[in-house]
Amino acid sequence: MSRLLPFFGFVLLVALFGFGIWWNTQHDQREVPSPLINKPAPAFVLPKLDEPAQTVSRDSLLGKPYLINVFASWCIACGDEHPVLMADGKSIGVPLIGYNYKDAANDAKAWLAEHGNPYDMVIVDQEGRTAIDFGVYGAPESFLVDGKGIIRYKHIGPLTPDVIKTELKPAIAALAKEASP
Amino acid sequence: MKGHRALGALLLALLFFTGIALGQAIDPLPFKNHAEEVRFQNLTRELRCLVCQNENLADSNADLARDLRHEVFELMQSGKSDDEIKQYLVDRYSDFVLYDPPVQSSTLLLWFGPLAILLAGAVVVVVTVRRRSRVAPVASMDDKSTDEGDDW
Repeated sequence: MSRLLPFFGFVLLVALFGFGIWWNTQHDQREVPSPLINKPAPAFVLPKLDEPAQTVSRDSLLGKPYLINVFASWCIACGDEHPVLMADGKSIGVPLIGYNYKDAANDAKAWLAEHGNPYDMVIVDQEGRTAIDFGVYGAPESFLVDGKGIIRYKHIGPLTPDVIKTELKPAIAALAKEASP
Repeated sequence: MKGHRALGALLLALLFFTGIALGQAIDPLPFKNHAEEVRFQNLTRELRCLVCQNENLADSNADLARDLRHEVFELMQSGKSDDEIKQYLVDRYSDFVLYDPPVQSSTLLLWFGPLAILLAGAVVVVVTVRRRSRVAPVASMDDKSTDEGDDW
């Protein structure tokens, strides 16, 4: 029995390493959980892309849920995500607000003109200051904000049809259920 | 021989100062004095860059790291303490930004796991040694057999 002990130890280690590999293929190691979930969205006042004189604030958006999608023309993964937003953006049932992150206005406009504009409205954060309040660390990121201005769901990385179906839509459906008890 | 050593020292000094020069070239911030700069360097070294996650804020060239350095600098200017600045970033980016994770229920294993494994190993060693000394007593030992377990 005690001769087998080292072997059991070895099996235990292999199992541990195997579990580590399995875990890391299932989970994005780079993903940082947002501490803002179920907390009020940071108060922001940001200009619109097409009318910079007009600003949009968190408080002006209160009342209805919406999805903020952080994007930039320099962001490669945003290009991967874009066709998905073009195809499914209208079907999610809440306004889609583009959050143009650390981008030049002309580049963003050209990008949207070339690839299409899935957004109901685009707001601009050229400095990236408000993005720090949102805990943005890489585009694309998406935030689902409810009618009371609370962040209810966040997705880091490109939205895929699968994520929209299995995570985003259920989250939006839950909001709709709350709104009509 | 002496010449070699002097050359080596010179090269080392050169490398060292280029490092400093580069470090400053990344981010010239208007520090009021040297103490403030040291405080800033120490603080940003304890904070993780979210983009290049194995780098700290002080060393990272990532765009966001630069933004966060400026944020830290401005918070310092507005008289915030180191803990307040850390909390500011934790509120936005979670404990992940701290290189030194706080002791809490989810990090107990991280903090005390190695100690637990060490203790478990010590127990195994002690038990094994005691058992062996009981099975095969050393010939030279006198037969009072007061096994203290310290014969290893």
